[in-house]
Amino acid sequence: MGLMVEAKQARPDGVTGVRPSPTLWKLDLSAALWWGLPALIVATLFGLWEAWVRLANVAEWLLPPPSAIFEELGSSRGLLWTHTLVTLQEVLIGFSLALGAGIILAVGIAFSRVVQRSLYPFVIASQTIPIIAIAPLLLIWVGYGTTPKVIVVALISFFPIVVNMVDGLKSVDADMVNMMRTFGASRWQVFTKLQVPSSLPYLFTGVKIGVAVSVIGAVIGEWVGASEGLGYLMTRSIPQFQTERVFAALFILSAMGISLFLLAAVIERLALPWHHTNKVRRVMGES
Amino acid sequence: MAVTDATSVKLRLQGLYKSFTVDGREVPVLDGVDLYAAEGEFVSVIGPSGCGKTTLLNCVAGLDEPNAGAIELKGSTTERRLGAVGYMPQKDLLLPWRSVLDNAIIGLELMGQPRAEARRRALSLMETFGLAGFEGQYPSALSGGMRQRAAFLRTLLADQEVVLLDEPFGALDALTRSQMQEWLLGLWGDLGKTIVLITHDVEEAVLLSDRVYVLTARPARVKLVVDVDLPRPRHYRMVTDEAFVHLKATLLASLREEGTWG
Repeated sequence: MGLMVEAKQARPDGVTGVRPSPTLWKLDLSAALWWGLPALIVATLFGLWEAWVRLANVAEWLLPPPSAIFEELGSSRGLLWTHTLVTLQEVLIGFSLALGAGIILAVGIAFSRVVQRSLYPFVIASQTIPIIAIAPLLLIWVGYGTTPKVIVVALISFFPIVVNMVDGLKSVDADMVNMMRTFGASRWQVFTKLQVPSSLPYLFTGVKIGVAVSVIGAVIGEWVGASEGLGYLMTRSIPQFQTERVFAALFILSAMGISLFLLAAVIERLALPWHHTNKVRRVMGES
Repeated sequence: MAVTDATSVKLRLQGLYKSFTVDGREVPVLDGVDLYAAEGEFVSVIGPSGCGKTTLLNCVAGLDEPNAGAIELKGSTTERRLGAVGYMPQKDLLLPWRSVLDNAIIGLELMGQPRAEARRRALSLMETFGLAGFEGQYPSALSGGMRQRAAFLRTLLADQEVVLLDEPFGALDALTRSQMQEWLLGLWGDLGKTIVLITHDVEEAVLLSDRVYVLTARPARVKLVVDVDLPRPRHYRMVTDEAFVHLKATLLASLREEGTWG
């Protein structure tokens, strides 16, 4: 029976890997390997890249070696930092808007059939229209400042938040709703004490996807027209064949995406300790 | 044990009829069920699988409304039953994000009691419910028996005079189940509650009850009512007593006539 309840909570998440429990005697080695594994892979790839560029004598403007990119990261750090802050600001503002609007929209969709029928098609349609086609229009409508970038970020990242949150609010266990009703629970109490908490794991899945794509949104926004930001820096560097600077900006962007994702994962872990415990138990086959 | 004094009857069902519409066809589930439970009585309802026992309890709890017939609760047919009857469903339905303690108090919380006071009341009962030391744990860390006791505590803390139990031990293994039955026997004496238990376990029904109702296969009607006049306090050892075995045989025979395999 406990198994059934838990199976209902299972979701196609798979984001957080669970570390296989190592036997005691090789704990230290495997722990080091576990955390060092991604670093090891990245280092290997960089090594191969570096070797290829040097051995094949690839021109630096065509494909700069990692060493040149890291050198650029160091020597142009002031410039890169300025543009990073601009992009980060667009991402954070845009994502916050997406989060707020996404949650409100999801609650509306989950609770009102009218809202669902009238708004959900637009939510889906908003994702079928290529953002890259809307971005130039935004320039015409709202000008060159931060606003069009923020809008692109919000447009691109609100979708996974809405869809996941709607699923979360709707997938609540009907038996649990009845259990609460037998205690005389009002609809509002069922919402706040049952639906909201049980939808939070879904919301966090949406947040983790949304935060990762929000960086892409900011770059698209900057590409079509901007005077600052990492996307702008890339478009300016390409015609000048400053390829190492383009790569430096790419590295920073992916580091930004990864950091934001990890931040979301850490907040999830702290906010939903029960969820993590359950997940581990499920994977480990205890119930 | 034929208590019919109107004032002491806590729950009375008269001609309860309930049907569901399946593919445009009316399928009766309850076809005139009569049943009563007096103050402090323990009453069991047994019947073949799928005969509508859970529908019966859902109607009494107020989750469902019968199409015809009367449900008289504490002498009144008009009282709003949601929030006025204790109901323990088959599944424990503990909320995975709440600690055992906070799961236990959810009923009180929903009924508007301040959390701190509700927690105090729940903490004083943790020992009785075999949950001492597990107050702060999440339900996922508990065994099946403990989860069931936590759900039971949640139901009883709401302090309703009439409590419905829907196969509360059905999902437990045989040993845990008999331990839970003994525990409930010991507990019930002090509670003074009116309890209606639904079960498919004849032995459980005889062991715990003052009276057992046997339902027919769907649509459910009361087929047989048996008063269990075994002495109290009851004990698990009694299951081999002659009187016990006799009652059990009578009930089993009646149940077997219904002959459907769930």
